[in-house]
Amino acid sequence: MSPLRRRDLLKGTALVLAGGTAVRASIIAGRLPWQPGTASAPQPHAGNAPGGWNFFTAAEGAAIEAIADRLIPPDANTPGGKDAGCAAFIDRQLAGPYGQREGLYTVPPFEKGAKQQGPQSALNPAELYRKGLGALDDYVHAARDGHSFATLDAAQQDEILQGLEAGKIALGAGVDAQTFFEQLLQDVQQGFFADPIYGGNRDMCAWKMIGFPGARYDYRDWVGRHNEPYPLPPVSIAGRAEWTPKSG
Amino acid sequence: MARRLPAKDVVIVGLGWTGSILANELTDAGLEVLAIERGPWRNTATDYPPNAAQDELRYRIRHELFLRPEQTTFTFRNKMDETALPIRTWGAFMPPNGVGGGGVHWNAETWRFLPSDFVLRTHLTQRYGARFLPQDMTIQDWGVTYDELEPHYDAFEYLCGTCGTAGNLKGQIQDGGNPFEGSRSRPYPNPAQPQPFSHTLFAKAARELGYKPFPQPSGNMSRAYVNPLGVRLGPCTYCGFCEWFGCGNYSKASPQTTILPVLVRKPNFVARDNCEVTRINMDASGRRAKGVTFVDTSGQEWEQPAQLVILAAYTIFNVQLLMLSGIGKRYDPAKNEGVIGRNFTHQTISDVVSFFDKSKFVFNPFIASGAIGMCIDEFNGDNFDHGPHGFVGGGYMGQVQTNGRPIETTPVPPGTPRWGAKWKQAVRDNYQCALKPGTGVHGSMYSYRDVYLDLDPTYRDRFDRPLVRITMDFHDNELKQNAFLTDKFAEIFTAMGAKQVVKEYRKGPYDITKYQTTHLCGGAVMGTDPKTSALNRYLQSWDVPNLFVMGASAFPQNAGYNPTGTVAALAYWSAKAIREQYLKNPGPLVHA
Amino acid sequence: MRDRALALFASAARSRPASACACALACAAVALLGCAAARAQLVPDSQDFAIIERGRYLATVADCAACHTDPATKQPFAGGQPIETPFGIVRAANITPDAQTGIGNWSDDDFDAAVRRGRMPDGGHLYPAMPYPYFARMSKDDVLAMRAYLRTVPAVYNPVKTDQLPFPLSIRAGMALWNALYFEPGEFEPDAGQSAQWNRGAYLVRGPGHCGACHTPKTFLGGDKSDRRLEGYAIQGWFAPNINGGNGGIANWSVTDIAEYLQKGHNRFAAASGPMQEVVERSGSQMTSGDVEAIATYLEQQHSEGAGGSATVVAANDPRMAAGSAIYTDLCSACHKKDGSGVAYLIPNLAGAASVAARDPTSVLRVLISGAQSAATAAEPTAPAMPAYGRQLNDAQIAAVATYVRNSWGHASTPVSAGEVGKQRKRLSAD
Repeated sequence: MSPLRRRDLLKGTALVLAGGTAVRASIIAGRLPWQPGTASAPQPHAGNAPGGWNFFTAAEGAAIEAIADRLIPPDANTPGGKDAGCAAFIDRQLAGPYGQREGLYTVPPFEKGAKQQGPQSALNPAELYRKGLGALDDYVHAARDGHSFATLDAAQQDEILQGLEAGKIALGAGVDAQTFFEQLLQDVQQGFFADPIYGGNRDMCAWKMIGFPGARYDYRDWVGRHNEPYPLPPVSIAGRAEWTPKSG
Repeated sequence: MARRLPAKDVVIVGLGWTGSILANELTDAGLEVLAIERGPWRNTATDYPPNAAQDELRYRIRHELFLRPEQTTFTFRNKMDETALPIRTWGAFMPPNGVGGGGVHWNAETWRFLPSDFVLRTHLTQRYGARFLPQDMTIQDWGVTYDELEPHYDAFEYLCGTCGTAGNLKGQIQDGGNPFEGSRSRPYPNPAQPQPFSHTLFAKAARELGYKPFPQPSGNMSRAYVNPLGVRLGPCTYCGFCEWFGCGNYSKASPQTTILPVLVRKPNFVARDNCEVTRINMDASGRRAKGVTFVDTSGQEWEQPAQLVILAAYTIFNVQLLMLSGIGKRYDPAKNEGVIGRNFTHQTISDVVSFFDKSKFVFNPFIASGAIGMCIDEFNGDNFDHGPHGFVGGGYMGQVQTNGRPIETTPVPPGTPRWGAKWKQAVRDNYQCALKPGTGVHGSMYSYRDVYLDLDPTYRDRFDRPLVRITMDFHDNELKQNAFLTDKFAEIFTAMGAKQVVKEYRKGPYDITKYQTTHLCGGAVMGTDPKTSALNRYLQSWDVPNLFVMGASAFPQNAGYNPTGTVAALAYWSAKAIREQYLKNPGPLVHA
Repeated sequence: MRDRALALFASAARSRPASACACALACAAVALLGCAAARAQLVPDSQDFAIIERGRYLATVADCAACHTDPATKQPFAGGQPIETPFGIVRAANITPDAQTGIGNWSDDDFDAAVRRGRMPDGGHLYPAMPYPYFARMSKDDVLAMRAYLRTVPAVYNPVKTDQLPFPLSIRAGMALWNALYFEPGEFEPDAGQSAQWNRGAYLVRGPGHCGACHTPKTFLGGDKSDRRLEGYAIQGWFAPNINGGNGGIANWSVTDIAEYLQKGHNRFAAASGPMQEVVERSGSQMTSGDVEAIATYLEQQHSEGAGGSATVVAANDPRMAAGSAIYTDLCSACHKKDGSGVAYLIPNLAGAASVAARDPTSVLRVLISGAQSAATAAEPTAPAMPAYGRQLNDAQIAAVATYVRNSWGHASTPVSAGEVGKQRKRLSAD
């Protein structure tokens, strides 16, 4: 995958595209615009160094992996959130445009409104995670005998996550526990099901679990075949192992 | 300082469906046309080819093809006495951006409205009496009839290669089509798409319940097609990445796949992309538009003089430009006066999720297209007697399987925990044997005195212009309608043999975070009376005769169908009036 | 109100494309009549509209503007465009009537000598990047008609240094030797055994159309291999395929298929892209149906004489074929279909497109790496494009899928190595 980073967002009025080149206003006349080599390829944040994180500290990473493994526990057939790469997914998302809310409307004032008026937080996702994980660590440390979330057993971890979900645990530090939990749940599940190029759904494990064929594009032979399982394996935007010729 | 460009005959604001149609019709009439588009140029092979298009995170979740709220957004509140807050990330609807507009990422569900929809107030009053309608409901007749629009619906369907089965051909009801539709002058240009498993089950159950199911009219091609302009589309491959996504293989009707290849070849057409129109410039009389001002990506402001100005942006942006340019009287809900911002509506949709025995049903939900589906129309518009039910309006309902994309479409039965081992098992167990229609109940939303658009007093966009403020909530009429329709819809899934059927009724208050189609309508409506409409029956501004305003902003209220077919038919209708009447005698086409 | 009405009216009249079309049709009709008239008249009157129009038409057939347009100003015939030759870059001359920098001072004989013999007014030689070995087949009447037309285009002052080749090729005198080796003078001689249509096609192909300039294999000195006419040649980073209709890359194309391709840019098999896209848009689509059909009739009956032994098909269990099949199924079949058949006039039929199984995979690789847009014509305006997969697929994967399409659906051609892909990728990124 090309290391070019897509920053597909507006700076002022200019749209910045892959490679950091600004898209400029142009005049279209005479023929359909086209340039060789133009491809709007996805630009996932480049992978982290082995064992390292792009956004998280080591402790934060351990906590997120533990959380991901409780939200999506491993079982005999399918890895859990940790081995599926959900933490790596969130790490890369937070290090990228998503973490900074790039492209979204972030003009103040940030007033608390009704739920149906949508999120009005002054915090971007990166800030929410940093504060939320810090507050969670403080809470666990105090409430569970100096433990961190990752060192608790599964039942204790579930109990804390249930407490966050129900709003029964107060995190303090300006972090609403339920808001933080909803963010965690959303991001872990998205990482589990998104294309593996984003770091989660490793080896298309989530797609294999449910039978989703991924980035396939041609089901003409199958639209009329009713009540039969679809036979072909999933394929990622990055392809599948069979795309590479076996040497020898 | 704005720099002044050489004058054009016509300037079009926005190059989506209506901008493309108007540009093509008016260049055919010999006019020099410039279209100005806020977003970028996009096309199939360079922007959403196979294997880049199928990215649920990028397009569905991160909204790549849409306007970025950072560019501009709206504020929202339910009631007039509340403080509106900005929509910081899109939810209830998805404003398009870029050449092709919503035509790039729509499902291509290509409906016509019912004949009675266009004379709604007259029709309902005659049938049920004026007192049957809620007092604060402000529905009105359109000023144009179905029969007048029929040739233009037909033109759009042949442009797009719409696939379907006619239900009413020159007044003769046809088997297999929608028997409630208005009379059509000829069949659809292409046969309906073949239907996946769950759709055939739905149709069978609906038939057994006494309904007349029919394939949804679809702009996803059932076969290769060449349209009257000579532009070709390929066959749909049922990839399941249609709505929110661009089509990678030329098989979904869009301006790019139907009009633009011809339009760009014309010597009297030019488009500018990545340029945002900030206002319509008026002459001293306030009765004539001189052109528009726009800003390019370097921040340079340009003045584009033109003889004729066509607004062809998304609903709310048409209304915003009228407000910011001081055109027309702004709507005041307290006095119930004024027209700009009035009769704003959306859609009343809901869904039914059903769970089947996994040992007996394999649905392959990913084999899908945006508009593939089997529908019934018994409960749309005034196709049934509303007398006993105490509400007006309705909608089509159908098993329209648009996708099996797993972030969005992994339903689990009620009572399943939201996470953990049981959730994971339920996802695994139900993916292949649960049905969650992409479009389920697709109901009308009628207009009300306290649902409207104005300018926000606090929040502004990057050009320091006030954001548009949406004041919107559901009214009892729509909630009753939805409960009735959702119950009827659920009965069909029960009849299909579902072991569990979950009704997801639309409930108030209106929630800006929950996607409910992008079918925002009204705010600059057409009609017969300048006191209650911004535009006359030809979409011409009552106040500024050299200004025409396209799009669903002209709908006095929204019907129980997807709006694009009607939006396009109105565009052709308006273009015809410009060509055949206005150019001969520029001035008001209707004298109030 | 009234003056506004007039203004709109005026502008409507000014730019009405319908009337422009009518005018073009009228011109075409005059041109056809003009041909017949001009043939009878040996010394053409250079002011005669019919002759000028015939010259304009021939300049379109010969696609003079393809090379002679100023790349900076887009001014047709003003010259300056770099032309790639086997030896380096030469620049197209200014052929507008400008007296100082163009050909305004040339006599008709000067013009004829340059176009048909490659000789300058001072006796010097032109490089054969100017396809005078083809134009030599033209009649003098036709050449002088072109000259008459070129007198009517706007004179543009644009000094062009045409000669930028390294020593010793910079010695234009060396071209005398080149001419001795490769240049056959002489007007086209009709073959009495063939139909008038065939002869017209032969004249256009070998003369003004100069098809062989790209499609005929060249010697190391850039001369045509005259025994291998139209058998395919790599040029400008593309491979111009074998277009002998009898047994070449388009053996399964009918006369109608060839004619449609030339005129519309699309037929049931293929789409014109790359240099051929320009040829179709500027030349083929502007030609009369009669001439296009004549060319098709002639090409359809040509046979490759030097066709070597064909390659053997790469076995399906070859790792490249297996990988290529997987990539093709996942990535390509959505448009080209599983059986490669595509969609007529929209998506090329990989089983029937000439370049897919050409002996040289240059075009296949280029299209996979960089994508390609097809020709847009009045008859076929869609101009669908192939996406660029160069970022997504690595060299081995591109080699695999190229090998697969070159050895499926009845094709048998040499496999492609990752190294070849890498080289092509490097060339393309240098473009």
